[in-house]
Amino acid sequence: MNDALSPAQGIGVQVRGLRKSYDGQCVLDGIDLDIARGEIFVIMGPSGSGKSVLLKHLIGLETPDAGEILLEGEPLRQPGVMDKFRLAMVFQSGALLNSLTVGENVGLYLEEHQLKTPEEISRIVEDKLELVGLKGQTDRYPGELSGGMHKRVAIARALVIEPQLILYDEPTSELDPVVAVTVVEEIVKLKRRLQVTSILVTHDRDLAFGVADRIALINAGRILLVGTPAEVKQSGHPLIRNFLTIDFNHSKIN
Amino acid sequence: MFQNIGEMWILLWRTLGMLPQAWRQRRKVAEQLFEIGNASLLMACILSLFIGGVLALQTGPKLVERGLANVIGAIVGLSMCKELGPVMMAVLIAGRVGSAMAAEIGSMRVYQEIDALQTMNINPLSYLVLPRLIAISLALPLLVIFSVLVGWSGGAMVSVYNHQIGLSFAGFFDSLRANVGVGDVLNGLFKSLVFAVVIGTVSCHQGLVTLGGPRGIGRSVTKAVVNSIVLILILDYFLTRFLMVF
Repeated sequence: MNDALSPAQGIGVQVRGLRKSYDGQCVLDGIDLDIARGEIFVIMGPSGSGKSVLLKHLIGLETPDAGEILLEGEPLRQPGVMDKFRLAMVFQSGALLNSLTVGENVGLYLEEHQLKTPEEISRIVEDKLELVGLKGQTDRYPGELSGGMHKRVAIARALVIEPQLILYDEPTSELDPVVAVTVVEEIVKLKRRLQVTSILVTHDRDLAFGVADRIALINAGRILLVGTPAEVKQSGHPLIRNFLTIDFNHSKIN
Repeated sequence: MFQNIGEMWILLWRTLGMLPQAWRQRRKVAEQLFEIGNASLLMACILSLFIGGVLALQTGPKLVERGLANVIGAIVGLSMCKELGPVMMAVLIAGRVGSAMAAEIGSMRVYQEIDALQTMNINPLSYLVLPRLIAISLALPLLVIFSVLVGWSGGAMVSVYNHQIGLSFAGFFDSLRANVGVGDVLNGLFKSLVFAVVIGTVSCHQGLVTLGGPRGIGRSVTKAVVNSIVLILILDYFLTRFLMVF
């Protein structure tokens, strides 16, 4: 991962029989997925269905009870595999380091791995911040930013890595519709520009159907369906139909 | 408890294994040193001055009564450099700096900042624990030297200005010089180095294993301070026994 930042090329991800329980409660119950190189793959499902836990497994933040995750056919937990590929994650909260400025947060990866000179890092940081509409915010601290700005800084931080696989946890939550669309455009542009593989976790149906090449629907730790947006819309599965069609007008609000 | 002890040993072992990267973290070490000094120097000065003073006050009049005024300097000198300086400073640092370390790392754990570091392939031990452990290991012995000097001065002032004692400065420091050697000071510095490693390891470990929200952070801070102080006092006995061999 520390090699010079050559142009990124998306990587394929395979999930095989992934299981995870916390205190005896099963959160992931035998997940199998194949995500192709350069694909925008959306994992959608209701709150508490195991989406975020699955995402944490995909980047090695959690250890599965059983099953494995393969990056380009190599087990993620095998020594050296995480170092071989450039991975990035945009956390739901942004997860910016509060003790660092926006600029330091965005340039952290390059600085810690000593990949560029300080001047080059400053230039790259400015470029990436401009890309997410935060030009001139370099010296501000995360505590001085709004929720939407947090998320955009987190995306800029991920972009600096020039990732081959980028994971987004609820990328549009807490954002107003205008900023949400900007963020979504950025996700799509990134895919087109770098052929990066993107995995999004969301329960935002508009986002999912707007950007996905394929969608996986997850409920109670199990994959209900994997397909293109058109295939998902045509599904007759009652849980999927309910998740896709429920809205305030159809629900019974007294 | 045994799991905690095991985890702390592993944390310390892995962090020591990263010592070759220390130079790269020099900026963070310097920041931590400044934080530690800023948080503790004034308090260390006040504590040491009064502890040195009270030692002289408690022992001085009785010793003068028995014609042993020439050992007051020795008592204050040895007590400060071998026992009170290291232990009091360690307790102070556990309270002021250990708690801050546990709170900062704990909140980074809770708010996923440590997860974010890991996704960037930045080792939290190298980025967070190593600079803190190095800084506290440098700062505490330095603080003990400062504390010992201030404590001796406090003892001297009370010995001179208290009418029941009435020693001269020269008399106090002659007694001190005759009985306190470099070895005694090094004895205290060695203890303080061990205490520093204990405080750093316990506090960083508690921060890293923080679970839950703000309550979890509060729990970690309390555990970091209490466990550090208990370990300091237990280790003080065994270190004293060990150092008596030399």
